[in-house]
Amino acid sequence: MASGELASKTIHELLDLFEKKQASSEEVLDDVLSRIEQHNPKVHAYLESPDPDRMRQQLRDQWKASPSGRLRGIPITIKDNICSTGVEVSCASRILKGFRSPYDATVIERLRREGAVIIPRANMDEFAFGSSTENSAFGGTVNPRSKEGDARVPGGSSGGSAAAVAGDLAIAALGSDTGGSIRQPASFCGIVGLKPTYGRVSRYGLVAFASSLDQIGPLTKDARDAAILLSVIAGHDPRDSTSAPNKVPDYEAALDRLPKDVTIGLPTLPSKGLERNVEARVQEAVKVLGLSTVPIELENIGQSIATYYVIATAEASSNLARFDGVRYGARANGGSLMDMYLDTRSQGFGAEAKRRILLGTYVLSQGYYDAYYLQGMKVRTLIKRDFDEAFKQCSVIAMPTSPTVAFRPGEKMEDPLQMYLSDIYTISANLAGIPAISICCGSDADRLPIGLQLLAPPFREDLLLQIAHAYEQKANWPTLRASLRVPH
Amino acid sequence: MYETVVGLEVHLQLSTKTKLFCGCRTTFGAPPNSQTCPVCLGLPGVLPVLNRQAFEWGIRVAAAFDCEIAPVMKFDRKQYFYPDLPKNYQISQFDQPLAQHGHLDIPVGGQAKRIRIRRIHLEEDAGKLLHEAHQTDTFVDLNRAGVPLLEIVSEPDLRTSEETYQYLVDLKAVLQYLDVSSCDMEKGSLRCDTNVSLRKAGAAELGARVEIKNLNSFRAVKQALEYEIRRQTLALEKQERIVQETRLWDAKKLLTTPMRSKEEAADYRYFPEPDLVPFTISREVVERAKQALPELPAQRRARFEASYQLSAYDAGVLTQDRTLADLFEGAVKTYAKPKPIANWIMGDLSAYLNAQNLAVGDVKLRPEWLGHLLQLIDAGTISGKMAKELFQEMVRRGVDPAELVKEGGLRQIVDEGALERIAEQIIAANPQSVDAYAKGKMNALMFLVGQAMKQTQGKANPQQMTEMLKRKLEKTHPTRNAVDEREVRS
Repeated sequence: MASGELASKTIHELLDLFEKKQASSEEVLDDVLSRIEQHNPKVHAYLESPDPDRMRQQLRDQWKASPSGRLRGIPITIKDNICSTGVEVSCASRILKGFRSPYDATVIERLRREGAVIIPRANMDEFAFGSSTENSAFGGTVNPRSKEGDARVPGGSSGGSAAAVAGDLAIAALGSDTGGSIRQPASFCGIVGLKPTYGRVSRYGLVAFASSLDQIGPLTKDARDAAILLSVIAGHDPRDSTSAPNKVPDYEAALDRLPKDVTIGLPTLPSKGLERNVEARVQEAVKVLGLSTVPIELENIGQSIATYYVIATAEASSNLARFDGVRYGARANGGSLMDMYLDTRSQGFGAEAKRRILLGTYVLSQGYYDAYYLQGMKVRTLIKRDFDEAFKQCSVIAMPTSPTVAFRPGEKMEDPLQMYLSDIYTISANLAGIPAISICCGSDADRLPIGLQLLAPPFREDLLLQIAHAYEQKANWPTLRASLRVPH
Repeated sequence: MYETVVGLEVHLQLSTKTKLFCGCRTTFGAPPNSQTCPVCLGLPGVLPVLNRQAFEWGIRVAAAFDCEIAPVMKFDRKQYFYPDLPKNYQISQFDQPLAQHGHLDIPVGGQAKRIRIRRIHLEEDAGKLLHEAHQTDTFVDLNRAGVPLLEIVSEPDLRTSEETYQYLVDLKAVLQYLDVSSCDMEKGSLRCDTNVSLRKAGAAELGARVEIKNLNSFRAVKQALEYEIRRQTLALEKQERIVQETRLWDAKKLLTTPMRSKEEAADYRYFPEPDLVPFTISREVVERAKQALPELPAQRRARFEASYQLSAYDAGVLTQDRTLADLFEGAVKTYAKPKPIANWIMGDLSAYLNAQNLAVGDVKLRPEWLGHLLQLIDAGTISGKMAKELFQEMVRRGVDPAELVKEGGLRQIVDEGALERIAEQIIAANPQSVDAYAKGKMNALMFLVGQAMKQTQGKANPQQMTEMLKRKLEKTHPTRNAVDEREVRS
C-alpha cells in the first residue's frame, strides 16, 4: 500500500483490512507515525512528537491485553486535557507544563480496554478557551485543509484533534466540547465531530473547564467511526456523579435503522455574520437528506452567547483555582505565599485564561451573583425549555455548525467578542445538555469545508448518527472527502 | 447592665471509614499525605462522589436534634485560596443546608432551656500545614483534606458562659450516643467557634459580634467567653465601640487577641457545585433515620432516675457519657443494687481515669466485673479496703476481680486453722501486750489485732482475727472481765 494510504483509512476500514489480513496494526501505526514525523512540524496538531519505540511497545501491549477489542491496534489521539497515566497533560498551558497524570481518565481506560493505541497530546486552546487553537501556549495548529500559502485555523478548542484526523495524522480522536469545541473544529476541518448528551460520557479525567457544560466526544473521518468510538466511551461511571445511568446502545449496529418518520426542524437563526456559502450548503444538505422539514422557533437562542460566557467563565474561574503552584505544575518563586500565588498565575496563564478567570470571578462576586450568574442560570433553563418545545414538533434540528468557514490566524485574536461569535450555533446544545453532531456537507470556493450541525433530544445520539450516516451515503461522502485537501 | 448573647459553630468530623468524596481512609495520625488520592489531592480532572455513610450520618444527627431536613441535597463551592485547600474551594453547603430549625434542651437552674439549632450542613475538611521548627519551609499534609465535617450552628440563644459550657457538654453527649464521631477536641474531631456580643439588658437588637477561634477545649470556650464578656463590658462602660472582628484565644495568657476585622472579610463566591447533582432526600430515608435513633442522653437520664432510683445528679453524670452509662447498666445486670454501682463508677473509676488522664473507653473493664467486685464484698471474701485495691488491679490489668482473687494473694484469710496459727505467733511475740491484756487493757487486744493484720498484709478477716485472738488469750491469760463473765455464765 502506498505511503499515507493506511493513515487515511477509517477505523472500520482498517478493522476490515485486519480481518482480511491485508494490513497489520504495525503497518498502520508506522504509516501514521511517519505522517506525523513528516507533517506535524507544519500542522502542529501534536504538542510533542510521539516516540515511535514507545508507541510500538504500546501497540504490542495492547494486542496482548485485548486481542479482540473493538479498537484493536487503532491509533487514536486525545486532546491534551484528558489524563493518561504517566503522560504529560498540560491543557496547552504553561501553568501545567511538565505535569504528568498519575491516573487514567475513564475514557482512556475504555479506549485501552478495546485495544486502542493512544497517541498523546493533541494541541488545543489553553484550557479549551478559544475557537481557533491560537490560544495554545505552545503555538497554534494549521488547518490541514488550508491552501498552500493561505493558512487557516483548524477551529478550536479541539483544533489539534480535528487537524490530526483531517490531516491523516491519526485515525480518530477524542476532543472535549464545552461550547462547540468538538463540532466547530470538525466543521472547519471537514470531519465528523459529536458532542454527546451531558452525562453520556464520563468526565472523570477530563481537566474541567466548565463542569456543567463539558463533554468528551469523538472526532472521526465518518459517522460510522463516530458510532464505534461513542459506543466505546459512553456509559455510566461511578466516579462521575453527573454521568447518566442510561444503557448504551450499539450505535454502529443501529446506523442503518433510520426511522422513516424523522422530521427535521429548521430554526430561525440570528443570521448576522452567517456566510452565504455556509447557508447555501447547509440548506442543500437538508434537501439531500430528503426528510420532511418543519420550521421551528428557538426563542431564546439569541441569548446563548451571553448566558454561556457567564456560566462557563464562572465555573472556569473556580475550576482553575487549583492551579496555584502549591502541589503540581509550574511554580514561580515568590517571596511570600501571596507573591507565589500571584506570580505563578500571572506567568502561567495566557491572556484568554486570565480574561475568563476575571470574568468568572466577577460574575460570582457578592452583589453581582444575582444579576449575572443567577440570571444566566434562569436563561439557561429557558433555552432548555425552547428545545423541549421544539422537539415536540421535530425529531432533530438542523443548522450550520459555524457561521463561517475556517478563518485566518490572527483574524479574530484582537477581538474576543468576534471570536466568541464563532460559537453562536454550537453553544446552545451545551447549555441545553443535548447531543449535537457536525458533519461535512461540502466546501466553499476555496475548498474550505462547511459543517452541517444536527441536534437531537437527550440520549438520541443514535438518531444523529443514523442521519449523519444516511447523509454520507446520499452525498457520496468518499468523493466529497476526496475533494478536500490533505497535506502531502 | 449588659446581657451576653452567644452562638456557637461546632465542626464535627464524622468517623466514616473513608473521606467525603473519595475512597481514602480517615485514620488519625497516619504519616503525612499517606491517605491521599488524585481526588482529595485536587489533581486536574478528578470528580467528587458523595460518601453515602456521611450523608446518612448527617441525617441521623439532624434527626437527633429534631431538625427539619432539606427536601434536596445540594452542595456549593466556597472559594478561597489557602495551601491546605487543594482545589482552592471547599465543597460545602450554602443556601440549602442539610437541616435547619432544630434544638437541644439543656438544664439551666434546674429547668430545661431550649437552645435552637439554626442549621446543620455537610462539608469537606481541609488539610493541615506543618511548620517544622528547624525548617523555614511550610509543608502541607493533605490526609485530613476531604474528611467529612458536619457544621452545627446554634441560634444566639445562649446567655452565659455556664450555659454555653452546658450546651457543649450536652451536644457532645448526644453526638457520642449517635456514634458518628470520636468527638475528640484534642484530635480536632470536634471544633468550636464562638460568637459573642453584648447588649443593654432588654434591648432587642444584637450588639457587634465577635468571633473567637482557637478554642481547643470546652474549658477554653468558657474561659474565653468570660474574658470576652469582661473585655466588652469594660469597653462599653467606657462608651467605646465594639469592633466586629475575629479574635484568637490564647490559652497560655488567658486572653483574646484580634485576628481580622469583618471589614476585610472574604467574599467566598459561593455557587452550586456542578460536579455533584442535587438529589431528593426521600422521606423514607429520613423516617428510617428517625426510627433508628438510639436512646439519647436526656431520655436515658430520665429512665435512670425512674428505673434505678438514682438522684438527678447521679443520673446526669452517668448518662453524660454513653460508655459510662452502658457500664452502669451492664453492672446492674450482674449486681442488682444500682446505688453502690453508681458510687463506684462516679467515685473510684472517675478518680482513676482522672489520675491516669484516660477516657472510660480507654480501659478494659467489663460491666459484670464491677458486679463481681461488689458481690465479693457482700460475701465477705474481701474487705472494703481490699476492694479498692482490687478495683485498681482490675482496671489496670483488665482482669475479672473474681479471677484476681482466685489467682491468690488477695483473698482474705478466713481459714480457722490458719488464723489460729497466726494468733499463736502474735501472742508468743508480744508478751508485754499479752500481760497488758490480762490486766484488762482492751486496747492491748486492738494492738495485737493490728500486728496480726500487719503480718498478713491485711489479708486476715479483721473480725475473725479479733475473735480468734480473744479466744486464745482467754485460754491462757483470762482478764478479770472474762472471769466475771464466766462467773455470771455459770
